Amino acid sequence: MEEENYQDIQLTVETAIANLQQQEDLGQRYYAAWWLGRFRVKESRAITALIMALEDEEDRAPDGGYPLRRNAARALGKLGDKQAVEPLIRCLSFPDYYVREAAAQALEMLQDPRAITPLSKLLEGGLAAAQTVPGKPHLVQPYEAIIEALGGLKATSAITKCREAIALIEPFLEHFLPKVKYAAAKAMYQLTQNPVYGELLIKALSGDELQLRRSALMDLGASGYLPGAEAIATTLAENSLKLMALKGLLEHQLNQDSSITEETIRLMDLMDGLL
Amino acid sequence: MIDSTPALIEAVATADSAKALLAAVEALAARQDPLAIPTLIAVLGYNNPGAAVAAVEGLVALGEPVIPQLLEQIDTYNYGARAWAVRVFARIGDPCALDLLIDSALNDFSQSVRRAAAKGLGNILWHKLPQTEVASTQERVFTTLVQILSDGEWVVRYAAIVGLESLALTSEYLVPKVIVQLETMAATESDSTLRARIALALQKVVNHIKFGERGRGEG
Repeated sequence: MEEENYQDIQLTVETAIANLQQQEDLGQRYYAAWWLGRFRVKESRAITALIMALEDEEDRAPDGGYPLRRNAARALGKLGDKQAVEPLIRCLSFPDYYVREAAAQALEMLQDPRAITPLSKLLEGGLAAAQTVPGKPHLVQPYEAIIEALGGLKATSAITKCREAIALIEPFLEHFLPKVKYAAAKAMYQLTQNPVYGELLIKALSGDELQLRRSALMDLGASGYLPGAEAIATTLAENSLKLMALKGLLEHQLNQDSSITEETIRLMDLMDGLL
Repeated sequence: MIDSTPALIEAVATADSAKALLAAVEALAARQDPLAIPTLIAVLGYNNPGAAVAAVEGLVALGEPVIPQLLEQIDTYNYGARAWAVRVFARIGDPCALDLLIDSALNDFSQSVRRAAAKGLGNILWHKLPQTEVASTQERVFTTLVQILSDGEWVVRYAAIVGLESLALTSEYLVPKVIVQLETMAATESDSTLRARIALALQKVVNHIKFGERGRGEG
């Protein structure tokens, strides 16, 4: 929990924005960007300063990455201001993998259909291109974040764009990394509502590795696939995670109909049993 | 085939892998013999979550006889053991453990312990208390649960709602106060899951008064 370490540092909106704009202390800029996102500072001066920080050249990590850009992108996702959409789309072609990942996640949060085509482009080349970068702990692109963002952007997308995304995501059901596979199954379910993909995630819940069960659990919760509720409640993982996954299913239901129904009661009964 | 309790206890003591320990604890728990209690309590301190879950299930199934032994052994134990013990107390509901449950629900640093304790506070076996103490103790539990309704973790607030619902179903005179608290919370709570659980709790509590035991109150 990185966030806990910062609790003793007091900032105000004014000082945070000033810290972000100054050039001397890189640590303070980095922290200010995180802080503005953490405390949901939606003032336009904060947005402007964060958008500027997406193009920062000063703050460089030993691996050549751009720590401030990463934090600024994450913060902009939390602040919900559409002004950030185009600048974040530009980040998708930046050289730093982690900036691209943070931008994909932020674009999902901003729920703007302009992001669909640029995100889809990163999937071109399919499985053949989706390999590990030699000497790095990651793939060529942040596929998991890209695919999740496309699944999550469904509500705001036009049908034709949706179809394009589906065709590009489908091959990733066969990716060699289980987490990418699950992200593809979740997105395919979100985009098509075909239970086949929900069942793929349920099957993943009976895998041997706890880490992967956890991952599938979260994906199933986020997918909104209601028949997955019992499988979530009975898989071998921590109750805290199962409760979060069931909360995901419940919220999905409540978004469509906020009244108490047979389905929502069933979900809450399962949650009660896991306390 | 091992079948005597001492042999099963021995198997727990000599298990040489996490897997063997889990199998031994499950077998011992399934036996439902009060002689197994000290061993099952000891397992709570082994820092082995799988085995601890099996031991908790065994202790909960054995029920009330577990309480005095567990209370006696718990203070000298490590945090992990204490957290598992709180879950046992919460599930059995013996009022002897009430102080510990209240303290855990309010102050434990782990949300998983706070939520288990909060739910447990709704399931106290009131018939085990002298009749003269029931009302004041229920009032104390109510006050505690109301405090927990403002916990920082959604899941603990969720458990406090579940606890208040159960409390109202066992203590009719608290019903109006529980309804007021839940309605107050519903007006300010922004989390849709919690608002839904409040609505369900209100529905169950109100049905319970309207239709008594015939209602769907015992969910």
